[in-house]
Amino acid sequence: MIIAGRIVRLAERDRAEVHFFLDGQTRAALAGDTVLTAMLASGHALRKSEFGPEPRAGFCLMGACQDCWVWQDEGPRLQACSALVSEGMRLRTMSPESWP
Amino acid sequence: MSETLPPRIVIVGAGPAGIRAAAALVDAGLKPVVIDEGQRAGGQIYRRPPAGFTRTAEQLYGSEAAKAGALHALFDRLAEAGRLTHCAASSVIASHEGRLHVLGESGVQVISYDRLILATGASDRVAPVPGWQSAGVYSLGAAQIALKAQGVALGQRIVLIGSGPLLTLVGAQLLKAGADVAAVLDTSPWHQQVRGLRKLAARPFVAMRGLALRARLGGRYHAGVTLMRIEAEGKGVTAMRWRDAGGHERLTECDMIGMGWHLRAETHLADLVGCAFTFDEQWRQWLPQTDQMGRAGNGVYLAGDGLRLLGADGAEIAGRLAAAACLADLGFPAPRASVDLRKLARLERFAGGLACAFPWPTAMVRALPDDAVVCRCENVTAGAVRENGGFGGGEANRTKSLSRVGMGRCQGRYCQLAAVELVATQTGCTPGAVGRFRGQAPVRPAPIGAFLREG
Repeated sequence: MIIAGRIVRLAERDRAEVHFFLDGQTRAALAGDTVLTAMLASGHALRKSEFGPEPRAGFCLMGACQDCWVWQDEGPRLQACSALVSEGMRLRTMSPESWP
Repeated sequence: MSETLPPRIVIVGAGPAGIRAAAALVDAGLKPVVIDEGQRAGGQIYRRPPAGFTRTAEQLYGSEAAKAGALHALFDRLAEAGRLTHCAASSVIASHEGRLHVLGESGVQVISYDRLILATGASDRVAPVPGWQSAGVYSLGAAQIALKAQGVALGQRIVLIGSGPLLTLVGAQLLKAGADVAAVLDTSPWHQQVRGLRKLAARPFVAMRGLALRARLGGRYHAGVTLMRIEAEGKGVTAMRWRDAGGHERLTECDMIGMGWHLRAETHLADLVGCAFTFDEQWRQWLPQTDQMGRAGNGVYLAGDGLRLLGADGAEIAGRLAAAACLADLGFPAPRASVDLRKLARLERFAGGLACAFPWPTAMVRALPDDAVVCRCENVTAGAVRENGGFGGGEANRTKSLSRVGMGRCQGRYCQLAAVELVATQTGCTPGAVGRFRGQAPVRPAPIGAFLREG
């Protein structure tokens, strides 16, 4: 499924496709995409701010600002700018319901 | 420790400074440990895409392709030959009595050192602009990393704001790659840029290349602008509102903004290991103190943009010098430093020109409206910083405790300079007198599970 997202692919488009789940829905990305690239290729945000109404989509892309931590279904969070997406990864923009 | 064991030297950072330091130590017959956050060595400016990407070095690094390629090849050769130990995708999060706590994919391990070389680099020096917490606002470095390491633009229609060499460079790189750059807005007025030119003549070729890149931006480039606010709605950024040098209000529609005012040295680890700092008026930030070789004392050496903001060429030289100082202190024959020190002096003159031509926007920060967010981590506003700055007696760490500015997940990396500027104005003193936020371990967020052991 192709959904227009925040990012625009300008180069390196001939990579193998991988599939992941975002909030339970199947999404496509390319092998070698970071989680941030993968999520923003078909979406506009990575998570919701805990301190304001606005969504967040990362800021520094070099592991310094900590703006891009995203939830996985199984619990541990990922730094979206440095982790690479992998086949079958289950990501979510909101914390799991079980989270206090 | 037995005297026959070779000294254990740990280098933090595998950018231009870290790689050159490692190579110099290997040349002396030592086997350094190189700890780096990247998956692959190279650092940020010479960052490499993941495996499977196919653009050439020329496409990725332009005029700097040969330098980037040489550094990558050198590091890979030393790592493959087992001449150094490479801890990739690993963050040093704490240091205590010669022991580094290193967070990697398999948890936290302790690596001890006899000598430590910190080559931790820099990130964008950012100033808050009202609305900058919105989705779609990134640092200039982020825009460049996205292009280089992922082949993507972070928006359909882009506005770049700030000042400094990266503003022009990122604009030109995005245009060349086919991105839609609507405007490049420089807060430094022309007369200020001309003032820096005399020192920029220390590297005439680099200065000319910068002007050529600027020319490619054409009518998109505006000097001496006033940034008013970033407009946003539900999904994120919708426009940049600004005033041109003539005072006319302008609105440029966009869905992505890249911002930055040159660089901020990454100094949290230098702080943890006890380096002394001074407020550097030229760079308007706190920088660690060393001798000209990079010696900080207590067996610690600093090199690269984490010490002095001289860029990649300066970082290569500083990496060699720090290694030479380390070798000399250990009683090894050290390479001669005089030629490198002369080169470094020329780069320092040039960097002084950049600092003068593209200054930190002091007046803009001091005039921030009270409801503007200063800390992006926890949305602490300028008003809260001002109010608590007064209660805290104009001291940085008391203001931090009272307002939570600088206590978020980035640990003040992106708000400290603006916060200190606001406190200084509020209490009628200088940023140097307000002080700096103390670095606290862990310097990167670490999951508690990483510290747990089986059994």
